[in-house]
Amino acid sequence: MLSFRNWGAGGDRGGAWFLAVLAVVAVAVPVFNQAVTQSSPFHLSAFGITLIGKYLCYGMLALSVDLIWGYCGILSLGHAAFFSLGGYAMGMYLMRQIGARGVYGDPILPDFMVFLNWKALPWFWYGFNHFPFALVMMALAPASLALVFGWFAFRSRVTGVYFSIITQALTYALMLAFFRNDMGFGGNNGFTDFKEILGFDLHSDRVRVVLLVVSTAALAASYTACRAIVQSRAGRVIRAIRDAESRTRFLGYPVESFKLWLFVFSAVIAGVGGALYVPQVGIINPGEFAPINSIEAVIWVAVGGRGTLYGAIAGAVLVNYAKTYLTGAFPEVWLYVLGALFVLVTLFLPRGIVGLASGRGDEKR
Amino acid sequence: MTVRDKRLYLEDLTVSFDGFKALNKLSLYVDPGELLCIIGPNGAGKTTMMDVITGKTRPDSGTAWFGRGIDLLTLTEPEIVSAGIGRKFQKPSVFEQLTVLENLELALSGPRSFPKMLRARITPAQQERIDQVLEIIGLSPLRASLGSILAHGQKQWLEIGMLLMLNPELLLVDEPVAGMTPHEIERTAELLRSLAGTHSVVVVEHDMSFVRSIARRVIVLHEGQVIAEGDMDKVQKDARVIEVYLGV
Repeated sequence: MLSFRNWGAGGDRGGAWFLAVLAVVAVAVPVFNQAVTQSSPFHLSAFGITLIGKYLCYGMLALSVDLIWGYCGILSLGHAAFFSLGGYAMGMYLMRQIGARGVYGDPILPDFMVFLNWKALPWFWYGFNHFPFALVMMALAPASLALVFGWFAFRSRVTGVYFSIITQALTYALMLAFFRNDMGFGGNNGFTDFKEILGFDLHSDRVRVVLLVVSTAALAASYTACRAIVQSRAGRVIRAIRDAESRTRFLGYPVESFKLWLFVFSAVIAGVGGALYVPQVGIINPGEFAPINSIEAVIWVAVGGRGTLYGAIAGAVLVNYAKTYLTGAFPEVWLYVLGALFVLVTLFLPRGIVGLASGRGDEKR
Repeated sequence: MTVRDKRLYLEDLTVSFDGFKALNKLSLYVDPGELLCIIGPNGAGKTTMMDVITGKTRPDSGTAWFGRGIDLLTLTEPEIVSAGIGRKFQKPSVFEQLTVLENLELALSGPRSFPKMLRARITPAQQERIDQVLEIIGLSPLRASLGSILAHGQKQWLEIGMLLMLNPELLLVDEPVAGMTPHEIERTAELLRSLAGTHSVVVVEHDMSFVRSIARRVIVLHEGQVIAEGDMDKVQKDARVIEVYLGV
């Protein structure tokens, strides 16, 4: 007899491999950076660490998109908004950490506020000098937006392409808002020139390594949490909603509430990814809210294979690796490649790279 | 037997849509454990009657009692489901991307909220119930198959199984054998016969040979009223039935 524990066992093997790879990254990166001397060809540069760290953060965004799109059929084309909000929360903390070392030397006000002739810190900047407070906000800000937005959207039974369009509008509206100087988030320059995190120099290799290890841990924890959700009985309800929403409602399940919980949780993962992204790349600006970013995240998931979680993360890493390479070697072709990739995957690889790797046997389960 | 011993008791139900009387002082009863077939031409009021019983349509007048003292007309649709009335619609609608087992598990009674479902585990008793229902609907060998690969008949049985998970006292089954192969029809007849006794089963069906094969009691509806009642042979000899339904 089949035991309940082994359901979705096809995904478990891939998931175990994925966690193993993450563990290897978390060990290998510090070794190749810290233990291998700089003169050695095997030395991993600061640039390399940052690149890997960036991919891991994108992996969290991909994971959050896959959780709602792959399992519940909610196609968000605005998920980068939650990523960015988490990033801004971290950015605000890092800005307050600069303190009096800014260009204008104001101990309280960040440079851009002095430049705008502001006399006092806006109320919503209070508390961000405390790391625990900022940490809470990294999750709370995206969660609140997802809660309010999702509550209205799901309660009004906005689904399918209409939902996708309004999420796109949401992130676009946020981008325009964050571009404005009087919003108090640095306008189009955003936040940059960070100095320290928790008193440690952000430019030292050692801190970069630690941030990367924290990112792998966060990704592994998020993945494990997502997997626990989709393999629980709630996960079955979520897939039932994806297949036949009204039928699920007829069985007595509060469909809107399930969607809202999942959407909020997904936003938190995206937000934490964004928060880890900012100290590693050293900048956050309204460009992160650009609609194309959210669409790219969806493409990562499609390429990797939706509804598998680890496939989405693999997709994020692969597509971004291609992006890093192509935007360096042939900058003008990147967008065409991205578009073609999406079309080809949709037409020929509906289950993404993971589907290709696991072959037909997986279909029957 | 008195009125109070009936599983379902409908009296003088009238439903009119813009002057058209879909049900016209309809009265009928269903005994506990009985397998009752309801036939009638299109527009006779069969679906409307089901809608009234399940709370989807409210009648203009009349009463509908379920078991001892449950007034169906005061309950909402979900309340009627939890009171013990399960309805199977004509079109099969199982979850295609879930396995047979998962489909049945979704229909289990129990917690419905996200936080509770997150922690909920299948208890041994529930597992036993699932296995039992799998046996009844004959899908044990296909328990790990996705709903999408099931044949039409198997989907219908799975859906009946999902109703059974809630342990209903009364099952309403709308045209169960439409589109089935002769073999599937035979299996469905067996299934419904095996359910009678432990459940009251009301079947609405057009297929005469199927009705003949399962029903002990047949009710013929016409223009919202019962025009004949009895076993299939008696009903088929009834002059009015021949006139309105079976054709001369």
